[in-house]
Amino acid sequence: MELRKDYFADVRNDGLHEIGQPRPRLDSPGHVTGKTAYFADRNFPGMLHLKMVRSPHHHARIRSIDTSEAERHPGVVRVLTAKDVPHNVYTILILIQVGPEDETVLADGKVRWKGEAVVAVLAETERAAQEAAAKVKVDYEVLPAVFDMEEALKPGTPLVNEYHGQNYYLYDSGECRKVRFGDVEAGFAGADHILEQSYQSSPIEHAPTETTGCVVVPESNDRFTCYTNTQAMFFTLDNSSIILQMPGSKLHFVGGTVGGGFGGKVDVIVEPIAILGAKLTGRPVSFVYSREEEMQISSPRAAEKIVIKDGVMKDGRIVARKVTGYTDAGAYSRHSPYGAQKGAAHYPGPYTIPNVWIDTYCVYTNRTPSSAMRGFGVTIGDFALEVQMDKLARLIGMDPLEFRFINAYRDGDMKAHRQPTEGAALIECMQEASRAADWPVAEKYMAMSSYKKGA
Amino acid sequence: MALRRGRGVAAINYPTGMNLGGDPTQALVHSTPTGNFMVTLSSVDLGQGMKQIMAQICAETIGVPTDRVVIDTADTDTGPHCMGTFASRGTHRAGNAVIQAAKEARQVMLEVAAEELEVNASDLETDGQGNIQVKGAPQKSISIFDVALSAHFKRGRSISGRGMFLIPRSYPEKETGAMKPSTCYAHACTVAEVEVDDETGEVTVLNVKNVFEIGRALNPKMVEQQLVGGSWMGISHALYETTEPYYPNRDHGGTDFNQYLMPGPGDLAKTEIIVLERPSADGPFGAKGPGEMCANPQIPAVANAVFDAVGVRIDTLPITPERILRALKAQAAG
Repeated sequence: MELRKDYFADVRNDGLHEIGQPRPRLDSPGHVTGKTAYFADRNFPGMLHLKMVRSPHHHARIRSIDTSEAERHPGVVRVLTAKDVPHNVYTILILIQVGPEDETVLADGKVRWKGEAVVAVLAETERAAQEAAAKVKVDYEVLPAVFDMEEALKPGTPLVNEYHGQNYYLYDSGECRKVRFGDVEAGFAGADHILEQSYQSSPIEHAPTETTGCVVVPESNDRFTCYTNTQAMFFTLDNSSIILQMPGSKLHFVGGTVGGGFGGKVDVIVEPIAILGAKLTGRPVSFVYSREEEMQISSPRAAEKIVIKDGVMKDGRIVARKVTGYTDAGAYSRHSPYGAQKGAAHYPGPYTIPNVWIDTYCVYTNRTPSSAMRGFGVTIGDFALEVQMDKLARLIGMDPLEFRFINAYRDGDMKAHRQPTEGAALIECMQEASRAADWPVAEKYMAMSSYKKGA
Repeated sequence: MALRRGRGVAAINYPTGMNLGGDPTQALVHSTPTGNFMVTLSSVDLGQGMKQIMAQICAETIGVPTDRVVIDTADTDTGPHCMGTFASRGTHRAGNAVIQAAKEARQVMLEVAAEELEVNASDLETDGQGNIQVKGAPQKSISIFDVALSAHFKRGRSISGRGMFLIPRSYPEKETGAMKPSTCYAHACTVAEVEVDDETGEVTVLNVKNVFEIGRALNPKMVEQQLVGGSWMGISHALYETTEPYYPNRDHGGTDFNQYLMPGPGDLAKTEIIVLERPSADGPFGAKGPGEMCANPQIPAVANAVFDAVGVRIDTLPITPERILRALKAQAAG
């Protein structure tokens, strides 16, 4: 790595004692010698293991659940179903007033994705819990499933999630989050070229070294200690408090040493049911995702579809950009309404474009619920935007890097969401990339600056 | 049939912190009797090094070496609220809270030192080595060790401080989308060079040159570990990863690291990282959040390089050999 201190040296104080110093991390020796203690390194006498019975269907009505054989399985201590969960229908962003509550802790009457949690089994060993889970009998009536976002939005398509009433998240702005800036149709009408292209992505896995999980211990003072690898301590505590209808003062969360998050550990999935298990059995409970659950059950990055329509002039100026983004939330909201909205705020990218129209949709399908992941709302948008930029440059016969200089935002430029640009540095990054990659651009671009003129 | 080379570029920006704000973090700082400093938080270290950075921020603000600071975090019985470690917010939000708390503690510390030295607190400065001295007269000084002892046992003062950082929540205007999503943005430009086998569709990323602008590299070594890891993750996202390769058929989803495709050590490109620092107006010592941003520009840069190499556009992620071969066949069929 190279620090290029010559850029922005006039606005930076480099004479500090501790900041800017490459101090060795105090936790590194523990990490690399295997001595760091993670939540799962805690083992308590009498600890039970929780395993989940999951839906084999994408969409089905539950006619009946028979747990009797599982309960008789050697080592099984308790079997939990929806009726055991005090506030079974929840949504995590309710804490920042983003509702409605739309997801069940344990399925109640219906499953909406393949892998959905239906019954929790608590047993003396992981093996006993796994074997007993296989003995739970669930009678399903399979329903038609919705696999595709465009299909989901068509009239007459089966409803995925009754708590929403339609197959998209209803923002206060309607069926999508909108950004309107300038006159995009006039921009297209005056453009030398129009290019409309569609981009898509698949869900991907966070792939942390440490899978999602927690260990819960009932304490003698009527409190519960939850050792967890959540990325958000109070967010998880407060959501658990709501789901369990238990005062937050009864809950003590301990964490903070996590083997990789990437957004995969902010969904509040394992803690509430494990605390409930500890409460109902009076014994410590461990609920740790297997690698298979981590990869196929925990929320992945959303699949997205993005349609970009641009109007561009022969001289390289983009004069109009229209973006329609679709985020596949799967069956439940989790963090996806937030992610889709973040996309609306991110487009049209770090470029100054006078006419912009943005619609971003959060769509419900019978897919594995997606949620937070490193960059969500932006990562796939940047893939689409920057491939589109390459296509536009080639369309007008311009160097792709020079084309970006022409459109790059600078201090003071008004963004589509009506905030003036501050602290821009795109131009300087491109200038340095031009040098480092030996990708020459015209001298006038190397002379540009992000600084506001006259400032 | 041949190995064909191409290169592509991408330029991006990325917001720091939760979209639209409204995501608070608090910190508490106090001195022990011998002048070490405890920072109490409920923020989570995901392995990126949160604890180390908070220690350096506290140390710089108080004016002691980093090894005099201890971080106690992620225990909800002791640590004040933090929204969580996500949205590239940890360093920016918690760092600002730590600065505010440390400033308050520093002020008490200087007041006690002033009483001991019989000068005004405003005439004092720290030397960064654990001492407080009179500005312009460094021979008149007292160690922070002695100041803390005095505060605890003689003067009855608590060298402590409270910190809170909150960007007020912005609500998008319904019709126009007018809003304030973020207060600062990190930037990047990546150039990727690839080699594509037009017989097998396999892509080898030869090298990736990343320029990142991150506000301030608070600890350059830790910046490097995060940016290099992010760059690898971007390549993996571009070329390898999917949990559902033949969706809606779910049969081929990976269930372990043998099946879920990611690049192995031998597949990783030569990676170059260049860092620029334009301090943000509201970041701790100017820092922005590069945690998410650093894994993004490689994806379109690789996609554009594949086109440059073989002349086909793969607009669906991941860019697999199968998709490249199908596109090449379609291209040949004209």
